[in-house]
Amino acid sequence: MDKLLKLLDSNARLTDAQLATMLDISEDEVRRQIAALEKSGAIRAYKAVIDWDKTDRQTVTAIIELKVTPRRDVGFEGIAEQVMAFEEVESVYLMSGGYDLSVRVTGRSFQDIASFVAKRLSTLDSVISTATHFVLRRYKESDVMFLGENQDERGIM
Amino acid sequence: MDYQTLFNRTIAELKPSGIRRFFDIANEMEEVISLSIGEPDFSTPFHIREKGIESLEKGKTWYTPNAGLIALREAISGYVQRHYGMQYDPKTEVLVTVGGSEGIDLCMRTLLNEGDEVLVPEPSFVCYMPLAKMAGATAVPIVTRAEDEFRLTAQALKAAITPKTKLLVLPFPNNPTGAIMRRQHLEEIAEVLRGTDILVLSDEIYGDLTYGGEAHVSFASLPDMQERTVYVSGFSKSFAMTGWRLGYVCAPAPLTQMMTKLHQYALMCAPTTAQHAAIEAMNNGDEDVDMMRADYDSRRRFIVRELRDMGLDCFEPEGAFYVFPSVAVTGLTSEEFCHRLLLEKHVAVVPGNAFGDCGEGFVRISYCYSIRHITEAMRRMREFVQECREKRS
Repeated sequence: MDKLLKLLDSNARLTDAQLATMLDISEDEVRRQIAALEKSGAIRAYKAVIDWDKTDRQTVTAIIELKVTPRRDVGFEGIAEQVMAFEEVESVYLMSGGYDLSVRVTGRSFQDIASFVAKRLSTLDSVISTATHFVLRRYKESDVMFLGENQDERGIM
Repeated sequence: MDYQTLFNRTIAELKPSGIRRFFDIANEMEEVISLSIGEPDFSTPFHIREKGIESLEKGKTWYTPNAGLIALREAISGYVQRHYGMQYDPKTEVLVTVGGSEGIDLCMRTLLNEGDEVLVPEPSFVCYMPLAKMAGATAVPIVTRAEDEFRLTAQALKAAITPKTKLLVLPFPNNPTGAIMRRQHLEEIAEVLRGTDILVLSDEIYGDLTYGGEAHVSFASLPDMQERTVYVSGFSKSFAMTGWRLGYVCAPAPLTQMMTKLHQYALMCAPTTAQHAAIEAMNNGDEDVDMMRADYDSRRRFIVRELRDMGLDCFEPEGAFYVFPSVAVTGLTSEEFCHRLLLEKHVAVVPGNAFGDCGEGFVRISYCYSIRHITEAMRRMREFVQECREKRS
């Protein structure tokens, strides 16, 4: 199953037939394993890695460091759930070190994100402070290089 | 000066490698997807690179002994025994070379005299013929065929042997076909050679890259064969170390001694930094090889299926990292196929006849590429094959 996951992780669009060939198992077995992985929650979703800069849609992304006061009973999860619920939020991680939650947010403009932080995020009860870092360029995302093409330096012998 | 009159005649008459020509055209074009390169797409595993870096940091920048660092020769001896069961004395039977190719050159020049015949199964890597000629000998091709899964058969071997036969080249696992020789096939060859004085140059540079359960069997490990075998291998393919230029030869002491003499005059020693890195590869690199082999294996299955699916006849290669499909259904020669595929679909593969006349009708496709890259190349190739077939019918 590890190998199947690795293949899907590198390219989720491989067909069941292609996966079966590469793993040397039957297509039925591929379908069975994928169903089991989906059911157990190991596979959460299938997504494309998109370079929005190559499209007409303008987006701005920021990574926001949140310091929060964990609440009695629910700890960090209660606040994480609140933050997750915002549709602008792409990812939420609980961090070790100098701050508590790392929140990745994408909007259409700097103003969008500024207003999201000022009006919605920082006003949550448990949030003590925020530090917003705007992403200037994406060089690599989800294992995919965005900077230049992957040059093949190999020559022919 | 008229250089043409000044060259060594033998070298002036050698044909340049047929692999290169298409590469030169491809280089001029945009958006070319290549499946033509015969070296790993992986970089050298970092822990191996690190040992090279460390040796530089410590200032180990001198020559090594001619035959190579003794620690490396010991590690090679250990590796060969651990994986293939042969015993070679690191002091007298192991020589570290500048790539496997130097080993091939040394072996030929050390053994061959004017008039000797060297048997070379074809299709095979491009260097055997020219090197045999440079050593003054005559290279005699033995045709291997798709219906025999491109193996050398005892029958074909027997038919090629003459009183002048000095050396048999055994290029398995094979570039370009991906053919391998299992134990029983090697045993049939050994049986033909027993009782003769024919020596064997066993080029097992792809030995670590065989697929499908059974491990590679080295020719030298067969009963009585070690005494007649020059075992050539290296680090390039197994450990993704092509640029380090490091290989090795294992052979009976008198042969190794003679080859070392030549090596010492021509090369002094193999690159020192590479040797330090290679010790790490031999001693702690098995897992890396397993990982890369598993990766090649899934690409291999993927690409064979794609090729068969588009209607090309393709025998199942069990070694190296090449497939060698027939392009007969397109009605094109190897060269036409490669040329038009490049011009019309911008996909570069190598014509089979670059590896010997009997490679005509086939092309070599390398799977040293990511699945994404292979998928796109296969999509374009499928279109091309379809168009060719439609035109024919």
